[in-house]
Amino acid sequence: MTLALETQGLVKTFGGLTATRDLSLKVERGARHALIGPNGAGKTTVINLLTGVLRPNSGRILLEGADITALPAHKRALMGLSRTFQINQLFADLSPLETIALAVSEQRGEGMRWWSSLAREASAAAEIEALLQRFHLADVMNVRTATLPYGKQRLLEIALAIAAKPRVLLLDEPAAGVPEAERHDILAAVASLPRDVSVLLIEHDMDLVFSFADRISVLVNGALFVEGPPDEVARDPRVKAVYLGEATDA
Amino acid sequence: MAWRERTGIAASLHDLSRWRWGEMLFWTLALMAILLLPNRYLILTEIAWLALFVLSLDLILGYAGIISLGHAAFFGVGAYVAGLLALHHFIDEPVLALLVAGLAAMVLGFVTSFLVMRGADLTRLMVTLGIALLLRELANRYSNITGGFDGLQGIVMAPVLGLFEFDLFGKTSFIYCLVVLFLLFLVARRIVHSPFGLSLRAIRNNPLRASAIGIPVNRRLIAIYTIAAFYAGIAGGLSTQSTALASLDVFSFERSADLLLVLVIGGTGYLYGGLIGAVAFKLLQDVLATWTPQYWQFWIGLILVVLVLIGRERLQRWIMWGPERIKGMFDRSGKAAAAGEKSS
Amino acid sequence: MTTFLTILFDGVAYGMLLFVLACGLAVTLGLMNFVNLAHGAFAMAGGYICAILVNRYGVPFFAGLPLAFLVSAAIGFVLERLLYRHLYNRPHLDQVLFTVGLVFMAVAATDYVMGSSQIFINLPPALQGQIDLFGIGIGRYRLLIIVVCGLLTIALQLTLSRTRFGSRLRAAVDDPRAAVGLGINVPWVFALTFAFGSGLAGLGGALGAEILGLDPHFPLKFMIYFLIAVTVGGSSSITGPFLASLLLGIGDVAGKYYVPKLGAFVIYTMMIVILILRPNGLFGRTATR
Repeated sequence: MTLALETQGLVKTFGGLTATRDLSLKVERGARHALIGPNGAGKTTVINLLTGVLRPNSGRILLEGADITALPAHKRALMGLSRTFQINQLFADLSPLETIALAVSEQRGEGMRWWSSLAREASAAAEIEALLQRFHLADVMNVRTATLPYGKQRLLEIALAIAAKPRVLLLDEPAAGVPEAERHDILAAVASLPRDVSVLLIEHDMDLVFSFADRISVLVNGALFVEGPPDEVARDPRVKAVYLGEATDA
Repeated sequence: MAWRERTGIAASLHDLSRWRWGEMLFWTLALMAILLLPNRYLILTEIAWLALFVLSLDLILGYAGIISLGHAAFFGVGAYVAGLLALHHFIDEPVLALLVAGLAAMVLGFVTSFLVMRGADLTRLMVTLGIALLLRELANRYSNITGGFDGLQGIVMAPVLGLFEFDLFGKTSFIYCLVVLFLLFLVARRIVHSPFGLSLRAIRNNPLRASAIGIPVNRRLIAIYTIAAFYAGIAGGLSTQSTALASLDVFSFERSADLLLVLVIGGTGYLYGGLIGAVAFKLLQDVLATWTPQYWQFWIGLILVVLVLIGRERLQRWIMWGPERIKGMFDRSGKAAAAGEKSS
Repeated sequence: MTTFLTILFDGVAYGMLLFVLACGLAVTLGLMNFVNLAHGAFAMAGGYICAILVNRYGVPFFAGLPLAFLVSAAIGFVLERLLYRHLYNRPHLDQVLFTVGLVFMAVAATDYVMGSSQIFINLPPALQGQIDLFGIGIGRYRLLIIVVCGLLTIALQLTLSRTRFGSRLRAAVDDPRAAVGLGINVPWVFALTFAFGSGLAGLGGALGAEILGLDPHFPLKFMIYFLIAVTVGGSSSITGPFLASLLLGIGDVAGKYYVPKLGAFVIYTMMIVILILRPNGLFGRTATR
């Protein structure tokens, strides 16, 4: 069975610093795969390499079996690889309606149309409506993104990634900085993702990780340290050591 | 979808591009100017092609976020091509000549767009300025063709579409320029409210995220840059055709700088900024020129400095309450911003 | 051969003059990420100050030069404290518009006060004419330029790399916030550097009056050259703009001699080609923040 996402010997250096060492990560189809590790382990670098924001020094990246190592970011997105950003990367002057409408029209291949208005077909409008409802954005859909409260912005961040109908979704700390009251919406949105979408989740919130993931990879200093099902990883003493330092007994 | 059936999202989406009564007022006034201001045709014509020129800059600056100091390059190419076509009777009919002029500018725009995509703001500034100055040098050197400092003279314009003679009062010029402006404006309006236009605004806001959702950023920018070059070329052609003159200052840095000022006065990113700015700028220039004929540039500079120091946002809040209301009449985003600020 | 050497010599002189003029701009851009299109106005100020002092008040030329530096630096300091510092965090478009406005004002004001014709500084006899060196006629004035600018460049490089102020400046360029955290008074560093850069521009203007021609439109005519030197040279060091200025100076002089039909065409084309190949300048980042 083809893997949803795979890296082979991926290496990335910044001057003298090796951020990613010979990384061979495998994400199965339909996976709920979490990538965890201490701060500075290089998790966001991996996401940036996977999505094309950074070019690797060596190694390959395969999306559903196809080699995407040389493809620019936007082509990877069109092939079904979508991501959210740890710090919201939204379109400040656009409203949620416009943002989602944009994503939907790009996904439908209508991005270059200059003569028609947005979402002329009923199916497009329906898609947009469904997304806005699902992410509780319908009530603020005409508000300029820059003035939205943080929780709504975070929801929009995720909605935007999902609007592109991805086959593989990379979530970079989706719950980061979200107030307790709004976390539930985020978690529900993540849990309600269709089963055929493969998800790679980066998170520090261990509750979220353990409730969501069926497989966990631990990244330390840019290399895979430990991998396996959640309960195995949770019990592994080396993982605790890496997070908490060399604490031996109690 | 018949209008009765539009509900919810569809209605909101449609609302984004619906004609606002402020817009209709603007064009009605423009049309009425033909009848009501017969002895001001010359300045009205200047306003018309300047508005088109600024509109072209708004497309790349206000919508796509490309700062260009050399937009005059396309204006100049359009101006000289139109002038040469008329002077040597290669193409006598003005509309056809205008199209050719626009296409020439568009080709230049396409070719140079690749240069403009690379590098940060300053590099882009320099490359665009460099191209404009380069053209000026070329025009200067090949003065046997371009007439050098004196420019192209002795152009005699044939009637528009073979029917409408260019008259002494400038009535034909004005109506001609106004019609061209309106038609091209309609196209620009369509573009801006289309998925393509929306993607440009997204690119201006956050190019990183734009490419992450599948937008081929460079390709879109090249497209709009080329279109903007076409518009600027048409504006240049109109200026030559209405004044029967074309000279080196079409390529000048001052021309590009004035252009930025006009857009700043009127506001970027809602298309009417260029049009309103052109009216305001020309009137201002007229007033200043009669007041201090030699040194009006000083006052333009001062206005620019003050405008920037106060800041467009603050200025808009203090002084331009009126115009902001007008902007809200023209454009959805004005209302959205106001609503957003109230609710946050 | 001698023509070639003469051209080389003239080109080097022109290039070094460009460097002195552009140096302040490179530092402002690299340090404060500020696009200062009004830099040429400071050069013009220096040139006119020197001209007035020398022509009208009989001040010796060699005293006029440092005075031009000081007055331009003072003007720069005042403007920085009053106006410029409010715009450091503004988008580049605002900075462009602001400084363009300043240029317009400066040009019109100078036109009003000094008249619009070109102005010449009365040179002392020692600087007029040529001296004969290995059979090549070397213009004395151009020799002076090379010597003065060369010394300045060496002094600048030494200051930057050997002195405390230099290291503070380099720290502030690399990361202003971290520099503040280290106790470096960043606003003072900015103000002094801006003043210094403006002073250098003024000195360059005074030196350049003879070669470039000084009139109220100087800032507009030559702004493009300074910008080219800075964009092509990059703004992360001063060696970049130095080499770029030399390249452009020699290229321009050679171009105007060997291909006079195309004149300044050469310099613009060179710039565009270099920027296509290396958008961040030949040697380093150009306003990447």
